[in-house]
Amino acid sequence: MTAEEAAGDKAERSAGPAENVIPIGTRGRPGRGTNNARPSSSARMLAPGARKPAPADADDAEAADVLTGPGSKAERPPVHTEPHGPHGGIPAGDWLAAVVNGAREIFGDQWEQRLAELLAFARRRITGDYTVDDFGFDAEVTERFLLAALRPIKDKWFRVEVRGAENIPTDGGALVVSNHSGTIPVDGLMTLASIHDTTGRFLRPLGADLVFKLPVVSELARRSGATLACNEDAERMLRGGELVGVWPEGFKGIGKPYSERYKLQRFGRGGFVSAAIRTGVPIIPTSVVGAEEIYPLVGNVPALARLMGVPYIPITPLFPLLGPLGLVPLPSKWIIEFGEPIRTDDYDEAAADDPMLVFNLTDQVRETIQQKLYTLLIDRGPVFSA
Amino acid sequence: MGRVVLVTGAAGDLGRRFARRLAEHPDIDRVIGVDVTPPRLGTGGMQFVRADIRNPVIAKVIVREHVDTVVHTAVAAVAPGRNRPGQMKELNVIGTMQLLAACQQAPELQRLVVRSSTAVYGASNRNPSMFTEEMTAKRLPSHGFPKDVAEVESYVRGFARRRPDVHVTTLRMANMMGPLIDSTLTNYFKLPVIPTVLGFDPRMQFVHEHDAHGALERATLADVPGTFNIAGDGVLMLSQAVRRLGKPTAPMPAVALGALGSAFRQARVAGLYSEQVPLLTFGRGVDTTQMRQVLGYEPVYTTAQAFAEFAAAQRSGPFAADRVRAVESALLEAFGGRGGRVPAVTGGEG
Repeated sequence: MTAEEAAGDKAERSAGPAENVIPIGTRGRPGRGTNNARPSSSARMLAPGARKPAPADADDAEAADVLTGPGSKAERPPVHTEPHGPHGGIPAGDWLAAVVNGAREIFGDQWEQRLAELLAFARRRITGDYTVDDFGFDAEVTERFLLAALRPIKDKWFRVEVRGAENIPTDGGALVVSNHSGTIPVDGLMTLASIHDTTGRFLRPLGADLVFKLPVVSELARRSGATLACNEDAERMLRGGELVGVWPEGFKGIGKPYSERYKLQRFGRGGFVSAAIRTGVPIIPTSVVGAEEIYPLVGNVPALARLMGVPYIPITPLFPLLGPLGLVPLPSKWIIEFGEPIRTDDYDEAAADDPMLVFNLTDQVRETIQQKLYTLLIDRGPVFSA
Repeated sequence: MGRVVLVTGAAGDLGRRFARRLAEHPDIDRVIGVDVTPPRLGTGGMQFVRADIRNPVIAKVIVREHVDTVVHTAVAAVAPGRNRPGQMKELNVIGTMQLLAACQQAPELQRLVVRSSTAVYGASNRNPSMFTEEMTAKRLPSHGFPKDVAEVESYVRGFARRRPDVHVTTLRMANMMGPLIDSTLTNYFKLPVIPTVLGFDPRMQFVHEHDAHGALERATLADVPGTFNIAGDGVLMLSQAVRRLGKPTAPMPAVALGALGSAFRQARVAGLYSEQVPLLTFGRGVDTTQMRQVLGYEPVYTTAQAFAEFAAAQRSGPFAADRVRAVESALLEAFGGRGGRVPAVTGGEG
């Protein structure tokens, strides 16, 4: 396109809309403010199209009415205002419409379907019409509530980075063995959520007997799939093809002072290894970096702990000092890496009773996790990095 | 072959029905029922002998009637009308001792079937989720019925050592459930408001009365010595069971529940016993592989089905399933049914 053409185009475009410009405050009807049928001369000059009132032809009358109103002065009806008192109320239909809009906002276009599902879910919970497995695991509630609540903490607060998720078998039994830290077993919950989000499988944690002694905690633990850390239960779950999680350091790991962070404690008595050998499932060494910093344990009150029957009473830089606010975990950066599976199906069942072999395998798992922890720490950089 | 079976506890719920059922079996010649009180609802085909198993006369009955199988079903947590704790211990433990002493003197005896209970495993936070027969309680029951059962079983083991020619079958029954069962646990579920332990939701496992009878019969007829857990498949959480009854719960700390149990006992109201508190706190589950593979009994009812049978015979509570369903459909109706149109009058969210 030449320069002249472009200029002409521009002129045309700027000239075109000029005709439709409507002066502010008149709503396109000249002279409305004076209540005169005939607009003032200045108004006539402003509105080029409305030089004369439309002729009173039968056909055009209605159109003209729309533009100029009912013409004569006396015909204009008096204006009534309705009182809008505070007791007017909102009609029930509006409430319902608001709720419906809200539902649409939350559930999307399929809101009716979703709402019906939600109500059906509520009904099934109220009437007890759901199933739990032999361990008391309630998959529905775990998925809908526990995992949904953990997800934002995992993604937004701790910014958990998951590595090696492909090492988790998609089906069949496997034993996830992880380091333990953080004063409160948040690392277990994060591992659980990470595994579900990456593979869709539920991790079945093995918990200390204390877990099942505490009110509320015990109920939640059973419901979310945990069971007691004993060989009988571990083997039963593994035989059932479950993905079982174990933290062999136990309270020694989780309650160690901050100064000993990322130093693995003794790995129990190797019970997890014999359980894996007996059931022939792979061991997946898992290293969790980040959990050590969430509640840095700087002190303990052993006397009070003994009195209360718990392994330790933690003192962190924030905990008793800031009260409940001290319970907010520090937002450290986390990395969870699932290592290469260590196979145990080559051993026969008798090997589980060979203490030397069990110790060696336990050490191998422990060393693998420890080495990976060092690597991950270097990778992570600063504790609170993004 | 003429088989003569002696059934103890023949006036009790389980014993009476089992004895009558057994009497109709073609392989069994005679069934002799023994109890201290005559059965209230007829003896059927069994021959009833009113005798106390704590009395040496039982030995005479066994010898004179040429009994070859003794089925001991008298071990119970609560007998109707007699619920003083000391008395139950007397019946369970001393009764078993005397019965076993009598059995030892009976040369014709070939089999002993003992009805025990899964209560022998106790209930604690250190228990594995599912007990197999060779496991023992991690924390031995210190009092009440669970302790009685543990003692009864130890006497039975002693008897088995002394009379190796007698085949002993011990059936550890889970809590029995069914429309006709009258037990500590069914009384508990019959309360209008169910007291529970705050912050705990135990796993419960039930066996339907039909399966309890079936397993006893199988153990009596087939010659399978050993110890077997008898329970329906699967577990129900206590909260789930209560919801299926449509009843409200009253959660309270374990201590308060124990105190309430004692108060119930004082007031002679059935429904809650303080010795149930561990079970209502930690729950219990048993593995039934042995029952299927060795004893060869396949239960007809699962835990949930057994409980459903029980629940169907009860008056449902305020949150009964049909009412909840009605509320649900009313709510759906209120939201405009299928078409997405908004009705003008129906009001807001209920």
